[in-house]
Amino acid sequence: MLAFIIRRILYMIPTVLAISVVVFIIIQLPPGDYLTTLVAALSSQGEQVNADALEALRDRYGLGEPWHVQYFKWMRNIILHFDFGDSFEYNRPVTDLVGQRIGFTIAISVGSLLLTWAIAFPLGIYSAVRKYTVGDYLLTFMAFLGLAIPEFMIALILLYVSFRFFGQSVGGLFSPEYVDAPWSIDRVVDLMAHLWIPVVIVGVASTAGLVRIMRANLMDELNKPYVVTARAKGLSERKLLMKYPVRMALNPFVSTSGYVLPGLISGEAIIGVVLSLPTMGPLLLRALQSQDMYLAGSLILMTSVLTVIGTLLSDILLAWLDPRIRY
Amino acid sequence: MRNEDLSLQQAKPATSPLEGAVPQDVEFIEETGRSEQSVLVASQWKLMWWKFRRHRLAMIGLAIVIFLYLIAIFAELITPVDPNKVNSSYTYAPPQGLRLFREENGERVFGLHVHGYKSEIDQETLAKTFTIDEEQVIPIGFWVRGYEYKLFGLIPFDRHLIGPKDSSQPFYILGADRLGQDLFSRLIMGTRISMSVGLIGVALSLILGIVLGGISGYFGGAIDTLIQRIIEFLQSIPAIPLWMGLAAALPKDWSQLRVFFGITIILSVLGWTGLARVVRGRFLSLREEEFVTAARLDGTGEMRIILRHMVPSFTSHIIASITLAIPAMILAETSLSFLGLGLRSPINSWGVLLQEAQNIRSVSTAPWLLLPGAMVVLAVISLNFLGDGLRDAADPYAA
Repeated sequence: MLAFIIRRILYMIPTVLAISVVVFIIIQLPPGDYLTTLVAALSSQGEQVNADALEALRDRYGLGEPWHVQYFKWMRNIILHFDFGDSFEYNRPVTDLVGQRIGFTIAISVGSLLLTWAIAFPLGIYSAVRKYTVGDYLLTFMAFLGLAIPEFMIALILLYVSFRFFGQSVGGLFSPEYVDAPWSIDRVVDLMAHLWIPVVIVGVASTAGLVRIMRANLMDELNKPYVVTARAKGLSERKLLMKYPVRMALNPFVSTSGYVLPGLISGEAIIGVVLSLPTMGPLLLRALQSQDMYLAGSLILMTSVLTVIGTLLSDILLAWLDPRIRY
Repeated sequence: MRNEDLSLQQAKPATSPLEGAVPQDVEFIEETGRSEQSVLVASQWKLMWWKFRRHRLAMIGLAIVIFLYLIAIFAELITPVDPNKVNSSYTYAPPQGLRLFREENGERVFGLHVHGYKSEIDQETLAKTFTIDEEQVIPIGFWVRGYEYKLFGLIPFDRHLIGPKDSSQPFYILGADRLGQDLFSRLIMGTRISMSVGLIGVALSLILGIVLGGISGYFGGAIDTLIQRIIEFLQSIPAIPLWMGLAAALPKDWSQLRVFFGITIILSVLGWTGLARVVRGRFLSLREEEFVTAARLDGTGEMRIILRHMVPSFTSHIIASITLAIPAMILAETSLSFLGLGLRSPINSWGVLLQEAQNIRSVSTAPWLLLPGAMVVLAVISLNFLGDGLRDAADPYAA
């Protein structure tokens, strides 16, 4: 098992490197480089630009040198000093800005994943066992609807309904009095009271998809001879279902989390903007709008690496759950 | 879902030498109401159509999709007023509601009309509120003269399917937006853009998907491994942040058309991976089929085997996958434009229209701005049902 985990972590390295190259290309895409944007931003604020400071920055990012030199300088700073560069808009290191937001993004994504599993699992079983009944058709219809509604529409409708009928706004992760307060039990309670809304919205679409997957998997299993055997031996229907076919159908369930996760993080990026959450999504949008490319690139890199780590965890979970998986 | 049917089919003993070559299935013959003779001689496409017709939701989906594409083709003809005409005196005017009858000398007469507006300005907030004025009657007619446009981009024309008889009168059947533009007309024009983003994006993805998936599946070996790794890599990146990064890099001074194509290309960057997987899977399973071996032993060339023998047997599957890929493209374009990184006004797409509804203030004063979202849901759900039906019908010999 340990060898498997180590091998999987080693497999991650080329993926992460490939992602970093893609991200670096995105950083380089807009016309002009970091310094011209910085100088333009500073002079528009009427500040003097220090020539020495400029030279230091030029050296730090390797500007004016071939792109692969710039890329290696950028990567070396990240790996050796955990330095993702500075955001010129905020004039602060990227790591400072991202620090707390990454925690909320992880919390929402993981929360959505758990919620998705908790809902999709029983509904999928129900749908497969009672196939072609009213309940199954209703769930199928709901699943199609859930897949068709863009996440931000759900968020918008929720905003509208809560504003119109309850007279309160659901945006943000904290009530006004807790936004800048230090961490305390009350603040955590307040966070939980706000957190479930984005968690539910982000989870809806993938729940719909997973119900369908669970239903299809379980329906395949229910026709297999071992189910007939168990039934013939007089096992109660409930025990029979939970002990054998459901466990078999569970595997693809875990393995699909590999591609459910990018979807969740994607969804969170948009929901964050609509509900104005202190997560990575809105920061990324603002960074892209103001062409704050080191911040934007680092955010894309971090969300992608988060996804890769999530996929790794789901693979390990799968190997642990299913002894037949070769490793 | 089809697998259970498949296993039943395999368990049945063969009753005729033709078994397997044609759907001898008694069930199939009974359900479609065809004689055994006609099923035996029917072509593959005919069998698919018969099977497809049994999927009721898919038939409804097909009807709605055809309807939406008709709207897209005849967009200018259907729009009652110029979708980009700004009119600041009707900012956030509410929907008027079409009336069928009107009172004339105390009698109810049939006459299509809408009512005009009375507006009041709140002295404190300076906000304008509209009320429908029952006194004002704006007659509505069919095939009326309105703004000028070019039909199919060629023929100068000024007739409109429906509209106010006097084109200077306000006609806001679904309300107005922040600039006093007619939401209904913008919605119709948006249908054209949103539905074609899906088609063009999928066409680009399909070219990449068939070429790379085909190479991957047909040749196998190292090149297959390489392409599969690339696909896995692309699928592991969260789509929206990547799209956002690429879309933000499009130069700001690009023309509308170039931005449109730029966005579709960006969406295809990730879109081809799913189609490539399907194509590869088909190639892998078909490569081992007896008819391919037979063709090869007969001395048929590689290209001819691929194009004449393999491709026809999976076109139906490809069509089903395409149909299921279009809604994903539509959703992606809507999300990007909603964030302000995709298409921009004056191009109308459903996403661009939804951008108006981005903050709670405008949504609460003008909830009708959420209607483009309903169009997105309608289009996506119909395409999904259609694709689902096509996928079930794709292989008429299976069950």
